[in-house]
Order: sequence, then C-alpha cells, then structure tokens
Amino acid sequence: MKTLIHGGHLIDPSSKIDEAKDIVIESGRINAVDKPGAFAGTKIENKIDAKGKWIVPGLIDLHVHLREPGFEHKETVATGTHAAIVGGFTSVACMANTNPVNDSAAVTEMIISRARAANQARVFPIGAVTQGLKGEMLADIGFMAEAGICALSDDGMPVMNSALMRKAMEYATAFDLPIISHAEDIALSGGTAMNEGPVSALVGFKGNPAASEEIMVAREIALARLTGAKLHIAHLSTKQGLKQVERAKADGVAITCEVTPHHLILNEMALLHSHASNRADHKMAPPLRSEGDQQALLEALNTGLIDMVASDHAPHSCVDKETEFEMVANGILGLQTTLPLLLGLVAAGKFSRSRMIELLSANPAKFLKRSDLGTLKVGSTADLTLIDPTLEWTLTKDQVVSISTNSPFLDGFQGRRFKGKVFATMVAGVVK
Amino acid sequence: MTFPENLLAIRTISDDHILSFLNQSFQFKAKGADPAVGSILKGKTVLQFFTENSTRTKMSFEAAVRKLGGSSIGFAQQQSSLAKGETLKDTVQTIFQYGVDAVVVRNHSSGSPELFHKWLGVPIINAGDGQHEHPTQALLDAMTLIEHFTVHDKQRGKAPDPKILKGKLIYILGDVLHSRVARSNIHLLARLGADVVIGGPPTLLPKDLSLFPKITTEFQPDRVLRDVDAVMMLRVQYERQGAGYFPSKEEYRHFWGLTKDRIGLLKPEAAILHPGPINRGLEIDPEAAECPQSLILKQVENGVWMRMSVLAGILGSGGGKK
Repeated sequence: MKTLIHGGHLIDPSSKIDEAKDIVIESGRINAVDKPGAFAGTKIENKIDAKGKWIVPGLIDLHVHLREPGFEHKETVATGTHAAIVGGFTSVACMANTNPVNDSAAVTEMIISRARAANQARVFPIGAVTQGLKGEMLADIGFMAEAGICALSDDGMPVMNSALMRKAMEYATAFDLPIISHAEDIALSGGTAMNEGPVSALVGFKGNPAASEEIMVAREIALARLTGAKLHIAHLSTKQGLKQVERAKADGVAITCEVTPHHLILNEMALLHSHASNRADHKMAPPLRSEGDQQALLEALNTGLIDMVASDHAPHSCVDKETEFEMVANGILGLQTTLPLLLGLVAAGKFSRSRMIELLSANPAKFLKRSDLGTLKVGSTADLTLIDPTLEWTLTKDQVVSISTNSPFLDGFQGRRFKGKVFATMVAGVVK
Repeated sequence: MTFPENLLAIRTISDDHILSFLNQSFQFKAKGADPAVGSILKGKTVLQFFTENSTRTKMSFEAAVRKLGGSSIGFAQQQSSLAKGETLKDTVQTIFQYGVDAVVVRNHSSGSPELFHKWLGVPIINAGDGQHEHPTQALLDAMTLIEHFTVHDKQRGKAPDPKILKGKLIYILGDVLHSRVARSNIHLLARLGADVVIGGPPTLLPKDLSLFPKITTEFQPDRVLRDVDAVMMLRVQYERQGAGYFPSKEEYRHFWGLTKDRIGLLKPEAAILHPGPINRGLEIDPEAAECPQSLILKQVENGVWMRMSVLAGILGSGGGKK
C-alpha cells in the first residue's frame, strides 16, 4: 500500500531540501520524493493533503522523563509517548530516574515493552550510570546495553566522585554508549532554589551559581579526554558552560550538547515577575539563568555549538508543586510546548527554521546512531511530522495529554498565542 | 491615610502605605490607652500562624490584637498535624475553617505569605518569611529611629516626621545574606531617604544588589562607624556558626562585632539597634547592648504600637477592603 503526501513544503536539513515536494511512503519507508504533481500517474491507495503544511523529519527529544515505573501518578510511558505524538515527536529518550531506577536490563526491558504496547512514539531508554543513582557502584551497563539503552545518565543526581565517573566513561566505551551529564557540582548547588543572582539576593533564596555548571562541564570534558568516551552535556544553561564546550569541540573531544526551550525563552527575572500562582512552574534544574546566559544560548543556536534542543519534559503532580518554594519539585512539561516555543524564536529571527528542524531531528538521530531517522531521504524510515505554520492557538489545561499539567506556558505565553501547530505525526508510515 | 490589603513585603507596598503605617503608629503611641482604639478589631479574629520560633514578634502581635479589642487563634507547630506530615496548604486551609479575618504568618520559606494569600484570600500579614522580608520589624525600626532623631536633631517636642531620615547614614552590620530583617530595612530606609551601607564578612553578604534600592557595601566596620547616625546589628544565627561562613566566633567578634571598644568610635548621638534575640559577646558586647545609645528595648516597646498600626490599617474600618 502506498501513501502520498501531497501539496506540502518539505524541510529536510539532512538532504538540504527546503521546497515544495510530494512524498510517497510504502511499507513504513520513504519510497520516493519528487516535485509537486510528479506522482499523478502512480497508483496510490492513501492520500494526505498537506497543502500549506511543512513536512519535516519526525522530531526527536533526547531528554524526557516518562516516570514509569514508579511515578504513574505523574506520567506513564503511554501518556508520555502520546504527549510526544501530539507535540510532533516520533522518538523520545527517557531518563533513568524511575522507581525502581533503570539500572538493570529488567527495567529497560519493561520500559521497552510498555512503549511497544502503547504504540505511540518510539522510546529509547537511557540507563543509569550508577546503581540506584547513588553515585557509588556502576549500574549493569553491559546488560542494559544488550537490552537496548541508548546512553547512560544519572541526570539530576550527578556522579560527584570523579574516579567513579572516569570508570563509567571507560567502561561505556566498550558498548559505544555516550554519557549524558547533568553538569552540576552539588557542593555548590545543593539546597538551592533558583539561580544565584539579583533575584535570589532580593527574595532571599540560596542561589545556584553558574560556576556549579561550569566546574562540572570542565570535569566531564577532562574525563572524556582521558577516557575517549562520548560525552553529551544535558540542558546547558550558562555562558561559561558553553565556552567550555566550545573549547572542547575545538580540541576534538567527542562532545555534544543540548539546550531546553525554557532556558532559551526565559531567564531568572521570570521568577520575580511571575504571579505566585505559577511561580512553582518556573522552578527547574538547572535553574533559569541570567539574561546574559540566555542571550549566549540564543546566539549559540546559530553557530553549531549547540547540537540539539531537548525538552527535559518533567511531569509533576500538583502535590509536588503547591508547596513552599524550596520544596517545589524541579521541572516542567515540554513535549507539547517545545515546537511552538521554538517556532516563536524562528518568527523572532533568532534562528532559521531549517536549523530548528536540524536541532530537533537530524542531530539527535545521529546521537542515537539511527541513520534511518531524522531524515526524509529515500529509503529512510517514514517517521515524519506535518506542521501547520500559520495556525494560532493556545495550550489549555484540557489539551494537555500528560497526566500532569505543570507548565508556565499554559493559556498563552507572556500574553501571546502560539503560532504554528502540529497537524499530524507519523511513525513508520502510520499517522498516530 | 490609606492602607494596603496585605502586608507581604516592604518591597511591594507603596510609599503612601509606608507613611500611613508609621504615622498611625505615632498616633496610637501618643494617645495611649484610648477606648476608640481599643475597639478597632472588635469582633475580628486573627490567626497567629507561627511555624518558626519567635518570642517578641509573636507576643507583640498577640498584645496588639488584644489592645485593639480583637481575638487571636494561635498555632503551635510542634503539637500540630504539620509535625505528622500534613502539607502546609492542608494545615492552613483547615485552620481557616475555624473562621479568621486575617492571618499573621511566620514561616521558614521565603514567599510563603504570598501562597497563603493565594490559598485563603484574606488579608495576610508577613511576620517573617524565610530569608525574604520581615516588614513589621523594619517599620518598627524606622519608627524607633524617627523618634530618636526627633529628639537629637533639636526637634524635641515636635511630632515625629519620617522625613527626618533623609540623608541619615545607617550601617546594617552582620549576616545580611540570610537576614529578612536586613532586606526589609534596606528597602524601607532607602525609600525614606536614608543612606544605607551594609557590612559584615563577605561570605554573609548578598553579591548582586542590582535589584535593591541604591546601597553600598563596606566590609570593615571601623571605616564607617565614626560617621554613622545609626548602626543596626544583625543576629548571627546559630546554624551559621561553625558552618564555614567565618572561621570562629572569636574572629567574628574581633572583626565584625560591636565590641565595647568599637562603641567608642560612634558619635555620641548615634543609635544602636538590634532586632533581637542578641548573642552577647558575639555580634554585640553587653556594654554595647546596654549603653545609653542602645535602642534595643525601645524597639521591643515600639513593636506593639507598630503591629497595632498594621493590624488596624489592614483590618480596621479604614482598611481591609477585599
């Protein structure tokens, strides 16, 4: 059976295409790509009218918390991958901070089987570096690799022991597994509730200094250099952290990095100006940083220094959010807001739309070593996202498909509506 | 006189409201026991929600409610369900059902009075939130300073006027970083025209002051004490001692304490303030706390008048508009 997507505008950075094209899909693969109307004589069973829509490679989010097993009141593999589809993502990589922690093949296999049953977005589990995220003993890295993890990370519980991190990196090279670092020196950032800066000084909270990130990025780079491991820095948030990455890349260290939409769009001043009712939805780790940090991240989007945008989708129930600020759980939803927020940055001229697509598809696919994903070249897997670039809308609480609703971007963002919305998301040639 | 609906922070109330609270406190103090004042809160109930230890703030709020003819409901954290793990929101909403017209809140978390306001919708008076603000303390400190300068600037006999603080040099010395008293005072004194200087060990001072009113920093007390019109000492909180902010109590006292030697540097009319409780022999020597320039007990006395002014302003017939 053949499916034709016709009348749309194809944006595929991997093949440098940014023009009107029709696409034929067969058996879950891209069968042909040609100019509009070129398939008029071909026998087609199924047609999708994509007039006025962008056709882009299925988006990939490398930093998502699906909360299952253990925190099913916040999110499940099924609801999280549904949120991914609604947000235009065909693949997600999920972090290991579940309960039990994904530090064994059994948990990895469970997540994979739940994802298969949900039959929404693809799921690439990330395994823990250490048992129970405790930073003491290595997790079952090899067995998890066999079971199908795509990378290793203790995420929000950074491995503080440098000798142990060195061993993890060395061991991981046998399985070609990248290490994802949530770069934070806990000695400096423990017990903090926001960035250290003018706002923390004013409102009286212990601040998380930018140096906490800079120090750990520098350590991870030194260890990657020592071990030859592949290193990925999660949610970079500071100018000085970026500078470390820039120098490491120039030195030939195998390093990549991501930023989140919220660190690109907001800075610490949001905590001063936000109303008490949604201030908790501006608390995350790393925290919203200074305006200077935010500007540095925006500039680095264009230079190639930043390899991908990842949402750090972190669902939390209202119990975790409606409490004293220092006790509020870190993180916000991201799967349904990442694309519209980035489209807003494209509209504001911060970066090009093809660069945006590259950061959300081709580059994360490369990280996953999946040359068939993140591209619309003939022969590749037919994961793709159709976007209506002109539709204006707001995300209401009712439209959130995650179990949790912790987002500062509900009901419009800074009084503005989103412009651009996912029209359809297709995984292996099937509209989800 | 106009009053705000809440007193969450000095930072967020208007200059007019600040002046109203000050002027009304002087009126109450001048009138003394006045039957009209004694019925301002008749029929009103105030919840005193204190989840941190407090002697003077709690007792003076209770005394103020009583002097205004209202009644208080107290709350003791150690005997409550908070100690059993009930969330703050559930506890507050539960007590609220007993019928209260306003809540005075002291809590360890910065910004919590704003949450209370969101949860309950009644007037909230901040009695100290984490390391954020302690607005009634700053107001009573300003009241005490205004009275002091009215006497010393040859204005004796005239009504106290907040304008007298213009151009006065006030040194806030100690653990400014963790001090809600310092934050409220910086905003209040600077807005009333005083020149505010903060000092103490660099480990205990906030770094980025760009969102504060214009203030300056001087680490070394000996460089400014000769010139100050008032020095406001801050308590070294017990948990900071031995936590790496400074090497030892001895070193703290030597470099940043208001020792009996340092009071000799002060101008004869310069005032010494301390919000209490004091650590004798650490941030302040007994000789300094008890010398004629010390206004520490005046502060305690004025605490009641000021809290009466705040409660009457917010809950009395002239205020408390919902």
